[in-house]
Amino acid sequence: MGCSMRRIALILVCFSLLAASCSDDDDQTTNTTPDDPVETDDPVETDDPVETDDPAPSDVTLTLVSNDAFSSVAYLLDAFTTDTGIGIELLAGGDAGSMVNQAILTKGNPLGDVIYGFDNSFLSRVLDAEITIPYESPGASVIPPEMQLDADYNVTAVDFGDVCINYDKSWFEDNGVAVPETLAQLIEPEYDGLLVVENPATSSPGLAFVLATISQFGEDGWLDYWQGLVDNDVEVVSGWDEAYYTSFSWAGGGPRPLVVSYASSPPAEVIYADPPRDDAPTGVLVESCFRQVEYIGILDGTEHEAEAQQLIDWWLSDALQAELPLNYFVFPINPDTALPQEFIDFTVVPDDPHTVDPALIAENREAWLDDWTTTVLR
Amino acid sequence: MANRTQLRSNRWRKRVGVAAIAALPVGFITIFFLYPVASILWRGMVPDGSFDPAPLKRVLTQPELRRIAWFTLWQAAASTLATLVVAMPGAYVLSHYKFRGRSLLRAAVTIPLILPTVVVGIAFLALAGPGGSLGVDLKGSIWLILLAHVFYNYAVVIRTVGGLWGHLDPRIEQAARVLGAGRIQAFRQVTLPLLRPAIGAAASIVFLFSFTSFGVVLLLGGAGRETLEVEIFRQTAQLLNLPVAASLAIVQLAGVFVVLTIYSRYQERRTVELNLRPSSEVERKPSTPGEKRLVLANVVFMAALLFVPLGVLVKRSLTTSDGIGLAHYRALNNPGSNSILAVSPTEALTNSLKFALIAALLALLIGGLAASLVGYGRSRATQWFDSLLMLPLGTSAVTVGFGFLISLDRGILDLRSKEIIIPLAHTLVALPFVIRVMVPIIRSIDPRLREAAATLGAGPVRVWREIDLPIVAKAGLVGAGFAAAVSLGEFGATTFIVRPNVATLPVTIFRLLSRPGAANFGMAMAMSVVLMAVTGLIMLFVEHFRAGDVGSF
Repeated sequence: MGCSMRRIALILVCFSLLAASCSDDDDQTTNTTPDDPVETDDPVETDDPVETDDPAPSDVTLTLVSNDAFSSVAYLLDAFTTDTGIGIELLAGGDAGSMVNQAILTKGNPLGDVIYGFDNSFLSRVLDAEITIPYESPGASVIPPEMQLDADYNVTAVDFGDVCINYDKSWFEDNGVAVPETLAQLIEPEYDGLLVVENPATSSPGLAFVLATISQFGEDGWLDYWQGLVDNDVEVVSGWDEAYYTSFSWAGGGPRPLVVSYASSPPAEVIYADPPRDDAPTGVLVESCFRQVEYIGILDGTEHEAEAQQLIDWWLSDALQAELPLNYFVFPINPDTALPQEFIDFTVVPDDPHTVDPALIAENREAWLDDWTTTVLR
Repeated sequence: MANRTQLRSNRWRKRVGVAAIAALPVGFITIFFLYPVASILWRGMVPDGSFDPAPLKRVLTQPELRRIAWFTLWQAAASTLATLVVAMPGAYVLSHYKFRGRSLLRAAVTIPLILPTVVVGIAFLALAGPGGSLGVDLKGSIWLILLAHVFYNYAVVIRTVGGLWGHLDPRIEQAARVLGAGRIQAFRQVTLPLLRPAIGAAASIVFLFSFTSFGVVLLLGGAGRETLEVEIFRQTAQLLNLPVAASLAIVQLAGVFVVLTIYSRYQERRTVELNLRPSSEVERKPSTPGEKRLVLANVVFMAALLFVPLGVLVKRSLTTSDGIGLAHYRALNNPGSNSILAVSPTEALTNSLKFALIAALLALLIGGLAASLVGYGRSRATQWFDSLLMLPLGTSAVTVGFGFLISLDRGILDLRSKEIIIPLAHTLVALPFVIRVMVPIIRSIDPRLREAAATLGAGPVRVWREIDLPIVAKAGLVGAGFAAAVSLGEFGATTFIVRPNVATLPVTIFRLLSRPGAANFGMAMAMSVVLMAVTGLIMLFVEHFRAGDVGSF
């Protein structure tokens, strides 16, 4: 194959570089691979699935490529192994963008069987690269059509979350300022110096918020809006943790009472409150919300297609969907799945969140980012 | 005739020996660095089977990218200079004066090296960010970046330079003083030239670290400040623009290579053999008021530089809803109460220690062999080899990570889903430390010692064992300690490598910090303090080992 020829050529190039630098080293090319890794038992991986009555025991272990965020709740997948006897090995591939790009680079020799955890802003890139194979699960009928953006089911929508501006309730009360209700208000003098956002070039919620402004003000008006935010002293930081834990007045003790975060953040503030509390200290500016739908897909080249399909069926079932809010802080794709009380009491699911056509995002991402950088940072 | 045959056979044996020593380091660096990096650059530069120079031209001519390259270069140079200026007196004090708490201090200065940038970022912003407790907002200014780079790299200078300084024969400088040189003149004309190899070694590591700085610049530099590393990450991981990313990576590599070549030439010219003394002959208690003041001033400075930011973390880890308490630490121990962790801290600690051990052993083995080659060899070839071994420090982590992905993907080399890939990546980062710590020491072993031993009838192996090994072993121990520390805190490079889902301490801290909720933040801080404590203990252990060994040369 041409590919392997190129590999050999590369190795040769490397070695000739070395040969020039180091005498007498031309015959120890291969004895240097370290010994096989010490076999360790990954806690997430299954050893012996508990046998239940119905599923046929299986020796198959599926490799799931996911983003780093999901890897912290990999234990949710134990139930799948218990139900089906199919093991899951999880590979963490960085943030959503890195993960998708890695999957594209390894097309033809995929990293795993299933990929999960990319949102609509990366959807087109996945579809254009044709790295997944179609599967329409019987359970897919529960997915609201406006979220299943790929009619051919090359990928399947499995959960969603909204990126919204969060506000610190006590700050607005203490300072006698009205909580803003629209994006347009944020460029008024009253809200000068109150907002912190993430850089869309390095942060997924940062990008989502930029897309919300594009959706709200149109491709002609969004940069003017950002100029207004700049004039109103918007703070830009590199990532969510910095925005939330240093600049935001509620969680970080910082000076800014408005932060780009998630619709699920207020319930999380109750669930992980210290000391426990009955109401959320923060709220959500509904008009700012941008919808991120997360997708799953079967990677082309898998040798376990049937098992991978089983995983997607299971992913859409309540066995996982009902667990998502309290563990992964996203909303179940199935509107009939019961939500935990905190998610009913302390946040909203906007009826009409901002969205931007994934194809448009794919086409303009780089140009939008460049324009944004020029307007906001230069 | 017989003589000539023997000579030839000796030369042949020497070559075989060199080849045997070179095999492991050369193989390692080829498989885990050159080949992956070459693969990803090839993919970028030769997209459809033919070389496309357009992106490289664009990168070289675009003013925006030139601005980024220039900023990368000068902030790295400034960081290196600042670190050297600040840390040299510290290296002197820690290597020359005995005082209570010295080994503790020497162990503690290494702690910053292992702290994840997110955690350091939070500490620095709490001090000197918007609304920070120092009352100045330095965020977005170059000063906060420089301060953080000094904070991170202080230990590199202390260890590398102090390691040699503490063994310089004090009589050389004393002789200069007796001959009428002033204190400053004696330092400039006698001590400084002798220290140059170590200073060069430290400077090159600090430079490379700052040159490829990612998290510090992102977090503290404020929006709009970018290094080449940040831009390569953006082009690769976000935009999948491999041609531009490859072009940038080539520019970065070229810059690093130029710096390394200059350094290695310079180093070669300056290295002299020294009569190294046991540190017990060098160290003494500060006696005059001037010496006491010097020690005190440096201790206070170190305390301020290191313990103020670390103190912020400790304080935050202890701050709970009802005042100061250990609630967050108790929560760590009871993961059942909080599903986010999903892994007990003991498990994360075990994973971290396991990887640190593997990485330290690998780095010591490979680095030790490489350092011998570079340290004993004097040819142009070894200079090149030396620079080559430093390259991983100066290469963007995302380039290496994506290179791993597309090159180490078949047969026995398909390590993408193997845990070993994590300590292997750590080894790559730690190798330059081990080598840079060991080479100056090896080079300064006085050959007359060896000659004397040989004259007295010792064979080459025995000479090496009796003369070199005791000295080299200690340098190796320091290097291995460094490698373990690097591995414990490594998070940056490994995030760009597809890897099995194994929770280590930094990974767990990162997970906690990516969730809202006061409890999660508190636990992240508590976990950071645990990481600090573990590293401090390891370094203390290394210190102890070293101290117990003093006097063997």
